[in-house]
Amino acid sequence: MSAETGLRVAAEPTLLSARRRARLTRGAAPYALLAPATIVVGAVLGYPLYLLVQLSFQKYGLPQLLTHHGEWTGLSNYTRILHDSQFWHVLLRTVTFTAANVSLTMLFGTLIALLLARLGSFMRLLLTTGLVLVWATPVVVSVNVWLWMVDYEFGVLNWTLTKLHAGNFVHHDWFANTLSGFGVITAVVVWGAIPFVAITLYAALSQVPEELHEAARIDGASFVQVFRFVTMPLLKPIFIILVSLSIIWDFQVFNQVWIMRDGRPTNDYYLMSIYSFVESFRVSEYGLGSAIALTMVLVMLVVSFFYVRQMVRAGEAE
Amino acid sequence: MTRRRAERIALNTTGVLVFLVMIFPVYWMVSTAFKPGIDVQTFTPKWFPHPATLSNFTDAIHRPYFWQDVKNSVFVVCVVVALSAVLSFLAALALARFRFYGRKAFIVLIIAVQMVPLNALIIPLYIAFSNAPGGTQVNKLTGVVVAYLTFVLPFCIWTLRGFVMGIPQELEEAALVDGCSRFGAFVRILLPLVAPGLVATSIFAFIQAWNEYIIAYVFLSSPEKQTLTVWLANFTTNRGTAWGSLMAGATLTALPVVAFFVIVHRKIAFGLTAGGVKG
Repeated sequence: MSAETGLRVAAEPTLLSARRRARLTRGAAPYALLAPATIVVGAVLGYPLYLLVQLSFQKYGLPQLLTHHGEWTGLSNYTRILHDSQFWHVLLRTVTFTAANVSLTMLFGTLIALLLARLGSFMRLLLTTGLVLVWATPVVVSVNVWLWMVDYEFGVLNWTLTKLHAGNFVHHDWFANTLSGFGVITAVVVWGAIPFVAITLYAALSQVPEELHEAARIDGASFVQVFRFVTMPLLKPIFIILVSLSIIWDFQVFNQVWIMRDGRPTNDYYLMSIYSFVESFRVSEYGLGSAIALTMVLVMLVVSFFYVRQMVRAGEAE
Repeated sequence: MTRRRAERIALNTTGVLVFLVMIFPVYWMVSTAFKPGIDVQTFTPKWFPHPATLSNFTDAIHRPYFWQDVKNSVFVVCVVVALSAVLSFLAALALARFRFYGRKAFIVLIIAVQMVPLNALIIPLYIAFSNAPGGTQVNKLTGVVVAYLTFVLPFCIWTLRGFVMGIPQELEEAALVDGCSRFGAFVRILLPLVAPGLVATSIFAFIQAWNEYIIAYVFLSSPEKQTLTVWLANFTTNRGTAWGSLMAGATLTALPVVAFFVIVHRKIAFGLTAGGVKG
């Protein structure tokens, strides 16, 4: 420190030292602030991910669980699942299930958002309250409620459908047929997912300036055209986020199927998450289960690329 | 004028119909919970719980391990929320208030890590916990707490970062000019302003941890160690399901979550998609 700076420091002691401290902390401070969270995330997420990759190359069954050491078998788990027709069936079923659920969620979510935008304030409040209540219901709770509603004996759905002359639904078992079983599971998933999509989209809609709609309407655009050419392009970023999030959530659906099938789903109810879980915790083939789980992670990474890109862009724009 | 009116009526009718369809399962849960057994097990549904009874609730509460499992849920949730609130506040400060080498990489990591399915992590977590150096952590609440941090912590860091960024930096700079230290500016200026966001994030973390099922289901095998979501399976036996009591138990499980959720949902909807609209 030169004599000149020393003098200045003496002249403006508080200001300069504060400034210098700010500049100094700029160097080390962010790392110090990040350190605790990074260590914990690394320990609880990084290590398990590493272990997952390692397990997928190992034979890890009950004997290995006792000795704490897996048996290295190279790519054998992967060759096994890739040559297993069951794996491909489950993958196809999961993709179909995800596509159906995401489309239905986005369709109904968008329609309800558009409805919310056109309702009066009282009706809007009523509908929003209903949506928030549904959103708040824990998945485990809603699965049990839906099980009760589709109960084959005293379920309210069978009674209503019979009364509406939709057919004879007395003592109809919805899970006897896989397709109708997945219909019920889809209903639970979509019902629970609609509120988030509808409320978020409505919030975004209400930020679109009304003049844009008016201008389009004056130019003779129909309702559908206004939506397609004015609303949609403006909402595209939020749409990408919502679709990616829905894909990510629906691709890993587990609880709904697991609880609805009473913890004992048959082969034809397997989704990827269930398949990996059963191979690990029922058959005790932890290595094989890990390989299945890892293929799931890879699929998710591809899908979430778009989401992450959009989120990072949005985050940087602020 | 009449066309306008017809349109309004059509819109309102649609609104009411959508409301009824969406809310019905929730209504059916609560109304079943208040019905006496004979009104629950009836082929023609009774739409209103009249006469109403609390017997389903007393039955649910007196089921084995109810209070023990409430305690477990509360313990797990409180520890998870406290840990993640402190850690994520510090991390959010770093991400929102400093430009430093590796910042963008950390942000990408935090978002990407939330995409890893919980189901994929369960297997290695289970193996790691059963091989833990200090003895097995399986069937212990501490193991569950650690496992919950895997999904609560990244979420909290990301959401809180949004809240911190929403507070103008000039306020802290003014404090710095007035002779406050950097740390003092965080504690005295930023913390009170970001407190609502911190509360909202903590409550959302609370909800996620409270609702979690699969980790608790796998890790906690003995009934006195379980959490409430796992406890709900108690109502189904080989002889069938006690629907009335199950609905009462479900209502009790959902109640704290719903109450909190209604308070914070606005803030969280913002936090989840912050900045997304501006494009």
